[in-house]
Amino acid sequence: MTFPASPMRMPLARAAVHAVLLLYTALCLGPVLLVVMNSFKTRASIFSAPLSLPGPGSFDLVGYMTVIGQGVFLNYFVNSLIVTVGSIAAVLLFGAMAAFALSEYRFRGNRALGLFLALGIMVPIRLGTVAILDMMVASRLVNTHLALILIYTAQGLPIAVFILSEFMAGVSKDLKDAGRIDGLSEYTIFARLVLPLVRPAIATVAVFTMIPIWNDLWFPLIVAPGEATKTVTLGAQVFIGQFVTNWNAVLAALSLAILPVLLLYLMFSRQLIRGITAGAVK
Amino acid sequence: MGSLQLQAVRKSFGKVDVLQGIDLDVADGEFVVFVGPSGCGKSTLLRIIAGLDEQTSGNLRIDGKVMNGVPPAKRGIAMVFQSYALYPHLTVAKNMGLALAQEGMLQAAINTRVAAASALLRLDALLDRRPAELSGGQRQRVAIGRAIVRQPSLFLFDEPLSNLDAALRVGTRIEIAKLHRQLGATMVYVTHDQIEAMTLADRIVVMNAGVIEQVGRPIDLYNRPATLFVAGFIGSPTMNFIGGADAARVNATTIGVRPEHLRVAPEGDWIGQVSHAEHLGADTMLYVEVPEIGLVTARILGDVVHDVGDRVGLTPQSGKIHRFDADGRAITP
Ligand SMILES: Nc1ncnc2c1ncn2[C@@H]1O[C@H](COP(=O)(O)OP(=O)(O)OP(=O)(O)O)[C@@H](O)[C@H]1O
Ligand SMILES: [Mg+2]
Repeated sequence: MTFPASPMRMPLARAAVHAVLLLYTALCLGPVLLVVMNSFKTRASIFSAPLSLPGPGSFDLVGYMTVIGQGVFLNYFVNSLIVTVGSIAAVLLFGAMAAFALSEYRFRGNRALGLFLALGIMVPIRLGTVAILDMMVASRLVNTHLALILIYTAQGLPIAVFILSEFMAGVSKDLKDAGRIDGLSEYTIFARLVLPLVRPAIATVAVFTMIPIWNDLWFPLIVAPGEATKTVTLGAQVFIGQFVTNWNAVLAALSLAILPVLLLYLMFSRQLIRGITAGAVK
Repeated sequence: MGSLQLQAVRKSFGKVDVLQGIDLDVADGEFVVFVGPSGCGKSTLLRIIAGLDEQTSGNLRIDGKVMNGVPPAKRGIAMVFQSYALYPHLTVAKNMGLALAQEGMLQAAINTRVAAASALLRLDALLDRRPAELSGGQRQRVAIGRAIVRQPSLFLFDEPLSNLDAALRVGTRIEIAKLHRQLGATMVYVTHDQIEAMTLADRIVVMNAGVIEQVGRPIDLYNRPATLFVAGFIGSPTMNFIGGADAARVNATTIGVRPEHLRVAPEGDWIGQVSHAEHLGADTMLYVEVPEIGLVTARILGDVVHDVGDRVGLTPQSGKIHRFDADGRAITP
């Protein structure tokens, strides 16, 4: 009786769902909007009317001028991009390879290894900060991009292996076996048959890995605070002083920092949506 | 070329012995069908022949050459999977040509081979499509085509038709039979389907719980099953088994009579009541409840009218009674 929603109740239920979704969207987008809006306003109107849109009286690009005028800020962007892209690449490559091995081959300790890797999901890597810093100092990696890439790769691998091995186990066994009979090497089977079929999972992992890396303040501050390796999030801190904060510049820097990560996200999400596997196996 | 020899092949997964010593010789050009209940190890045996799994012990020869440990691509075999297992991102032509390209064959030569195979399977119009754009029957033909282009000495099929609907299955079955005649290659074929086994096989291998119960021509398995298991497995509907006094009278523990070998008349050796009747047009199945024996199936040619509750007599045709001893082995006269 209750299963087919009656025509009367349908719109109500729908409205409720949409109300919840809209509320959530507003919650998520509100702060971002506020930052972007205020980055285009004069300092006075940021404080007097923070919720109003930039108008003829309040419009001001001084924040952007300051950020771009600083010159080094472009370097911070490049640093962030190097670290993020490098880490994603390493996480996806090594994560996918480990996931393939764990899901495809039976060997002693397979399950134990999988569990060990999954453990990393539960233990936050920041607990090891002191040890990590020691290691970086000992190996002379402080203030290098590599230091950050290594840390973020370690941080991202557990969840990547976990998600990807689930998906890879779901790829038809017959398909891989057909490849073996056709003489494909294990590497080709991995790269040409399995990877394309788990592309949506890879895009998911990429997005989930990328955002915390881009936004991270902790590790750049600790292992790579030098001018040459500063990331955007760390760089924006220069405008936050103990006594005066250049809000125009901070807001402009943060607004600009959204752009590259948004671009990366759009790139991956196109992959996420693209249907691929239909009809591979009945 | 294309003979296959298995000597004492065993396979264990951990503690489970899935194959318990398989000996089998398949002659060049022969069509051999493996049948057996689900889980008896048919696919496992096929995968061992293909080299996708390694046997725990025993020897495997293809073309007289020992193949233990040789990778699948180097065994001169091709395999067709139940799920087709076509490469989703490649066109039909690329799917068929991939193995040859992998061997380093020139594109022109690959094209010739693919063209020949696709002509044989009527796939010419589909060569540029991807698997997602094909029907189930077409996909299975592409999978068979992919096997053919390699010109293997041994074809392996694992239930290739079980995902197709009934009409398509008959068509493809006939196509496979033709293909076997044209190519003259050795084929090993796993199926659950009685009719496929009976019609395609030169010899049928009946497997049960990891051992071979009997190997023989289809008609021999039908006429002279070596064990109770084979007698019950080959033939549809299954043979009637009768124990007790009726069996003891002919010095057996169990006797078996096929439904088509029972005469139905008002009187007979066994008298019972019709409990159900199935009218298939060409023949009629009568399920007769016989006191002290149980349900006996009889198959009568043509459409015969019998109502539920009718009293009928059943008599086995002379010479069509199979006798089995206490171990389930056939007693030969
Ligand atoms: N990788 C494996 N690990 C453990 N046991 C396995 C494995 N593969 C197969 N088995 C077991 O081996 C037995 C035989 O399996 P197999 O797939 O060969 O059966 P089959 O005869 O092909 O059955 P079906 O007719 O259902 O396809 C089964 O009991 C199965 O559980
Ligand atoms: Mg099977």
